[in-house]
Amino acid sequence: MSHDMSEEKLPESHGSAGHHEVAAHGDPFADPGLPAHEPRRTDIDERAAKRAERQVSLMFVVSMLATIGFIASYVAIDKEKIVYVWPLGNISALNFALGMTLGVALFLIGAGAVHWARTLMSDVELPAERHPIEADDEVRNDVIDQFRTGAAESGFGRRKMIRNTLIGSMALVPLSGVVLLRDLGPLPEDKLEHTGWLEATPAKPLALINMNTNLPMTAEDIIVGSLTFAMPEGLHTHDEDFQQRIAKDALMLVRIAPENIKDEKSKELGFEGILAYSKICTHVGCPISLYEQQTHHALCPCHQSTFDLADGARVIFGPAGHPLPQLKIITDEKGFLVATGDFDEPVGPSYWERAR
Amino acid sequence: MKKLSARRRHPLAALVVLLLALAATGGLYAAFAPADKAQADVAAQSLAIDEGKKLFAVGCSSCHGLNGQGSSDGPSLVGVGSAAVDFQVGTGRMPAQQPGAQVPKKKNIYSQAEIDQMAAFVASLGPGPVTPTEEQYTSTNPEDLSKGGELFRTNCAQCHNFAGQGGALTQGKYAPSLEGVDAKHIYEAMQTGPQNMPSFPDTTMPEEQKKQIVAFVRHTTNDEPNPGGLTLGSLGPVTEGLFGWIFGLGALIAVAIWVAAHTTKAKKS
Repeated sequence: MSHDMSEEKLPESHGSAGHHEVAAHGDPFADPGLPAHEPRRTDIDERAAKRAERQVSLMFVVSMLATIGFIASYVAIDKEKIVYVWPLGNISALNFALGMTLGVALFLIGAGAVHWARTLMSDVELPAERHPIEADDEVRNDVIDQFRTGAAESGFGRRKMIRNTLIGSMALVPLSGVVLLRDLGPLPEDKLEHTGWLEATPAKPLALINMNTNLPMTAEDIIVGSLTFAMPEGLHTHDEDFQQRIAKDALMLVRIAPENIKDEKSKELGFEGILAYSKICTHVGCPISLYEQQTHHALCPCHQSTFDLADGARVIFGPAGHPLPQLKIITDEKGFLVATGDFDEPVGPSYWERAR
Repeated sequence: MKKLSARRRHPLAALVVLLLALAATGGLYAAFAPADKAQADVAAQSLAIDEGKKLFAVGCSSCHGLNGQGSSDGPSLVGVGSAAVDFQVGTGRMPAQQPGAQVPKKKNIYSQAEIDQMAAFVASLGPGPVTPTEEQYTSTNPEDLSKGGELFRTNCAQCHNFAGQGGALTQGKYAPSLEGVDAKHIYEAMQTGPQNMPSFPDTTMPEEQKKQIVAFVRHTTNDEPNPGGLTLGSLGPVTEGLFGWIFGLGALIAVAIWVAAHTTKAKKS
C-alpha cells in the first residue's frame, strides 16, 4: 500500500525530533522520552484524507436519514401493528422502527465523530508535566502570619466568655435541623405492633375472608396440601386504604396433618391442623407464599428466607430474623373460621422498638 | 491380509474387538426385541378398570405398590383421583425418570386411552378430583382474561412468575414454566397440587375461577405479543441486569478499547 503514499511528505528524521532521546548507557531508569511520532495515512496521503472526509460525511448523512425515518415511522406506523422479527418474536412494529432508527441516528453521529477525530484531527502527542499542588513557602508563611495577627486582634484567646458562648451557640444550631425532621410525619406510635386483626375480640370475632371468593370459609374448605389467602372481614378491595391494610393483614392458610406439626404452640393456635400465618416476610416485608406442600417450607422470593410452616414457621434459611407470626383461629357457631384477636407479635420486618 | 495380521498384536486390538462385539449385540437386540408398547383395546370401555390395573401393574406398581397403596419409593394413590393420573402421566412426569428433588416433565409414552384406563383404576381406589371435561377449562368469555389475571397474581405468580415463566424454589425444586402447557393440565394441576405445588380445591377456588386462570395463562404465555421485544425469559430484573452488565457494558468496553488501541498510523517501511 505504500506505493500511493507520497514519499516526500514523510518526515525524514522524525525519530530525533526534540523530546525523543535515547536512554544513556548504564542508566536503566533514564527517562525514555516519548515514542517517535508516526504520521497517519491521512496525514501524508491527500486522497486518503479526502476519503476519510467522505466517510465521516456519509455517516452524518445516514444519521440524518435515520432521524427522518424516525419521524416518518412515528407518523406512518400504526401503534397496534404487531410484526414477527427474528429473534425478538412478535413485537410492536412501531417500537421496533422507532428504536432502530433513533439508535442508528445516534450511533452514526458518535461513530462519525470518532472516525473524524481518529483520521483527520491533529494527533500530535502533547506531554503535560505534573506540578506540586501546594503553594510555595513564602505564600504559606504569609497566610499563617495573617491568621495569627487576626486571632490576636480579635482577642479570641483572651476573652474566654465570648469564645465559650460562641462555641455553645454553634453547637446548638444543628438542633434546629433535627427538629425539622419531625416534619417527616408523626411517629408511628404502636401502628407497627398491630394489624387489622386487632378489631377482633372473643365477643366479636372477625371472619377470615377467602381472597378469591370474598366469602368466609369453613374448616372443611381447607384440605391438606392446599394454600389459601385470606383477609379480615370488613376489608374490601375497593377501599381507599386497601393496599396499606392488606400489607399487614394478609394471611396464608395451610392445612398440615396434625401429626406432622412439630411445634405444640403452633398446633394450639391453629384449628385441626389449619394454620394461619402472616404472609409478610419478617426480613424486609415481601409477600411470601412460595409454599411447598410436601416439605411445608415457605420461601420468600426476595432474599430466599425459608420458613418451616410445620415447625412454627421457624427460619431455616436466609436473612429473616423472626419466625412468621401466627394468628390464632377458631370456628364460630356456624362453622366459619374466625380470629378472636391480633397476632401476638408484630408482623413484617424488625424495627428498633420491637420488643424482641 | 499381511497388514491385518501385522496389527493383530496392536495394544488397541482388544478394544476394537470389544467395540465391534458391543455394536453387534446392540444391533441384534434392536432388530429382534419385542415392541414395548402395548396396544390399547379401545373397544372394551367397560373393562377400563381391569385394563388400567394391568397397565398400573406394569408401569406404576414398582413404586406405588400393586394396589396403589404406596411404598417407601412412592406415595399412596388412594384418593388422588383421576385428574392426578391424567396430569402426571399425560405430562410425562410419571413414570418418574429418577428419584430426586423434582420429577421433570418429559415425553409422554402412553396413549390417552391408556391414561384413561389407569385413571379409571386409580379413581376406583378412592374418591378424588375427577378429570375435567373440555367445557370446564375452555373459556369463551373475554372478561375471563382480566379476572384470571387478578387471580393468577394472587395465587400463582409468586412461584410461576408474573408472566408464567416459572421460577426457583428451595433445594433444587422449581416451579415450571407454564408456556405451552395444555389447558387441561393447568386445570388439573390446580385441582390436585402435583409434587410440591399446593392444591386449590373447588371449595377455596371455585371451578369458574380455575377456568379464568387457565384462560389468562394460555393467553399470556402463548398468544400475547410482546411489544418491546427481547423478553429475556420474562424473568424480571435478574436476566435484564445480567444482560445489561455483560452484553451492554461489554460492548461499550470493547468499542472503547477498539477506539483507543486501533489507530491508523502509517509506517514508513
